[in-house]
Amino acid sequence: MRAATSQSWRDWLLSEAPQSRAQARAGQAYRRWRGFTENWLGVVGLVIVLTLIGMAIFAPWIAPYDPLAQNLSQRLQPVSWQHWCGTDSLGRDIFSRIVYGSRVTLLIVGLVVVTVGPLGLILGCVAGYYGGAVDRILMRVTDIVLAFPKLILALAFVAALGPGLENAIIAIAITSWPPYARVARTETMVIRNSDYIAAAKLQGASSLRIIMLHVVPLCVPSVIVRSTLDMAGVILTAAGLGFLGLGAQPPTPEWGAMIAAGREQIFDQWWVATFPGLAICIVALGFNLLGDGVRDALDAR
Amino acid sequence: MASARSTAKLVSAEVTTFAITMLGLLLVTFLIGRVIPIDPVLAVVGDRAPPDVYDKARIALGLDKPLWQQFLTYLGQVARGEFGTSVMTSNPVILDIKRVFPATLELATLGTLIGVSLGIPLGVAAAVYKGRWPDNLVRILGLFGYSIPVFWLGLMGLLLFYAHLGWVGGPGRVSVAFDDLVTTKTGVLILDAILEGEWEVARDAFSHLILPASVLGFFSLAYISRMTRSFMINELSQAYILTARVKGASETRVIWRHALRNAAAPLATVIALSYAGLLEGSVLTETIFAWPGLGRYITASLLQADMNAVLGGTVVVGVVFISLNLFADIMARVFDPRTR
Amino acid sequence: MSDILLDVEDLRVRFPGLSGYTEAVRGLSFTLGRERLGIVGESGSGKSMTGRAILDLVPPPGEVTAKRMAFMGLDLLSMPHRERRALRGARMSMVMQDPKYSLNPVMTVGEQIAETWRIHNPGEAGQARERALAMLDAVRIRDPKHVYDLYPHEVSGGMGQRVMIAMVLVADPDLIIADEPTSALDVTVSMQVLAILDDLVSQRGLGLIFISHDLDLVRSFCDRVIVMYGGAVMETLNARDLDHAQHAYTKGLLNCLPRLDRVDANLPVFTRDPEWLK
Repeated sequence: MRAATSQSWRDWLLSEAPQSRAQARAGQAYRRWRGFTENWLGVVGLVIVLTLIGMAIFAPWIAPYDPLAQNLSQRLQPVSWQHWCGTDSLGRDIFSRIVYGSRVTLLIVGLVVVTVGPLGLILGCVAGYYGGAVDRILMRVTDIVLAFPKLILALAFVAALGPGLENAIIAIAITSWPPYARVARTETMVIRNSDYIAAAKLQGASSLRIIMLHVVPLCVPSVIVRSTLDMAGVILTAAGLGFLGLGAQPPTPEWGAMIAAGREQIFDQWWVATFPGLAICIVALGFNLLGDGVRDALDAR
Repeated sequence: MASARSTAKLVSAEVTTFAITMLGLLLVTFLIGRVIPIDPVLAVVGDRAPPDVYDKARIALGLDKPLWQQFLTYLGQVARGEFGTSVMTSNPVILDIKRVFPATLELATLGTLIGVSLGIPLGVAAAVYKGRWPDNLVRILGLFGYSIPVFWLGLMGLLLFYAHLGWVGGPGRVSVAFDDLVTTKTGVLILDAILEGEWEVARDAFSHLILPASVLGFFSLAYISRMTRSFMINELSQAYILTARVKGASETRVIWRHALRNAAAPLATVIALSYAGLLEGSVLTETIFAWPGLGRYITASLLQADMNAVLGGTVVVGVVFISLNLFADIMARVFDPRTR
Repeated sequence: MSDILLDVEDLRVRFPGLSGYTEAVRGLSFTLGRERLGIVGESGSGKSMTGRAILDLVPPPGEVTAKRMAFMGLDLLSMPHRERRALRGARMSMVMQDPKYSLNPVMTVGEQIAETWRIHNPGEAGQARERALAMLDAVRIRDPKHVYDLYPHEVSGGMGQRVMIAMVLVADPDLIIADEPTSALDVTVSMQVLAILDDLVSQRGLGLIFISHDLDLVRSFCDRVIVMYGGAVMETLNARDLDHAQHAYTKGLLNCLPRLDRVDANLPVFTRDPEWLK
């Protein structure tokens, strides 16, 4: 019975003649999902990212210890059944700190995407929609920022603003919006000339209305793809800032800062710096794989 | 005639872009230096200065003038190489930078050489044997190159190749025993040692250089091989490749003389960008390897809140970075007769 | 006929696909002397793939089979790829369709002509430039020395195609295949290019396979015509007999040509008979 139901569901989703808009949309989403799942690397990426999110949400239940609890009698313990990733120089359990660190990583990624995505999207759509001088000026600015050394500039920003997670996020956001503006502009240039935009204009819609209701929504998918691909880079930059002591401040368990903390003992207590680094690698790899998978699935319409 | 004029036009467009980008960068560093900090005067005179001393310092710094005038003054200073004095070393920042920059250049150059000499053949192989192992290798390298933090890879490299295997020298540019044995001429230690015939020093310096350069080279390799692959796949599908085969050209000739020659223009851009990327990546790498270059100078100044040094270093990296972008555009034109 | 250049029997080219093989050429047989053989057909009829198969340039994963494929007594089927390559450019060659894409954009046209010579005459590489200049002259380019140093984007389409012909003929081949050599050119330019090709083929007594979709062109240019459809030969006939073609497909094609001496309200719509592919 159950097999028959799932069969009919699939038929409904894959129907060549959908009866309603909802069915057409669901069908399209299902086809894309199928396309995405054919690429097993993309699925691996999705699993990693979901694991990261799960780890962040359920950190208190997953972590065996308090990530901030110091226990000097237990300092620099090697890997064991008690401490899966060993302990650091203050006797804190590294595994627990990595688990809680996922919250910091997600916070950074989330905030950067939330600020950079819309900013780039609006700039790109405005430039692409109006064209002419507006476009030239905005794209000039974009090109200028693109030609900057991103990490160094972020460093200088944080140095001026003062170290801290918020400032690190601001610095990353300020230097990383241009690619989003480029993507949105390219999309908009195509959309701008389509008939339904002309129709909306004929109905007397204002430019603001057209941009917000007709152009922006269509650019969102490519911006999402772009940001998925970008997240690994954001994570690496944030970790770099954290490593230099410019990101999240102690005792916050941030992976980059944890590596920095383990630097002194790298030759004797290798685990202190190794495991947080592995966590960064795996998560960055996950976002890269997911980004590639999503891009391929959306490209192959 | 017409082509000479269009060349002049292109060059002037490139130079304009370069100038505008530089201006933009300096505006940003200016704003960071003069506007964001709490009060640049206090940084000079200290917290407890009496009001008249404070005002004098304020006027001396030109802070009473409108912002745009201050910016012009700043531009003039940068043009003369005046970045102020470093709090940390109490030297003029420009002298510090001159001293440390060759070490960074040495690192980034060898890294790029590694990336180019391995990345291009690998990328070509990946394009020629698409779907086979070289292709998969390039894909994996690319994924790792975009997923591994450079400073962590450096640490792991030290752990494995220095501490465990003992194949390479440890942190620093040269072992302590060889410190200050050679006089600085070029600033590039290996060259200086060879010039003086100090082969032992040169060997030791190389054993210290190879690991950080390889770490940077890995990222360059990942990027260059991936881009070479995609350029070559594009070129190999072009009609002129079939023409070359029709002529009886060997596959070697088809691939290297015809396809790669056509991919040279975009590759030049990629290599220049990768070089610029390594200069930036050296900031984190040098910290790990205690490498006395510009990157470590900037990060060390950061921690001391030595803003003159930080901004001076940022401007220098920015100038090199933007110049490399310009250079890449020019090289792309040189390699492609259509855009000459 | 003692002077048979090419003898092909039951040539087949097929490509593996998701659901079995797709046959691009199915059972083509012909012999070619020092004459002009036209191969006509619509796009996808397998005419270009035939040319590629003769030159050993069918792209992978395509497979070529035949009962016999011999070039001037040499068995092409048993010949290793390396030797096939040595034949290419030296004894058999191909004029490609569009000079805009078929010439290497970053080599001067003279270098590209000289390269063919150099590949096949490594001992006499010093002569390459001279030979290339002579060839440029032979394709009626007025100032060969100047043109030698031009890049492909600096020459017109007609001149590009003349360069292409020079490049193909510089090593003195016996057989050339011209794959839609004029379809990317204007009508007047294409006439000039054809005239040059015509002269060179006659002077040198070459065998020419002229691949085209243009029936009128083939009729005026070639001695014999093979009509292909769906990878198979529909009919082989003398060019001057084309108007008396027997096969329904050939007739259908001819009927589709607009003509000045006939008033048609509409050109007839062509119906294809699946039987032809059997």
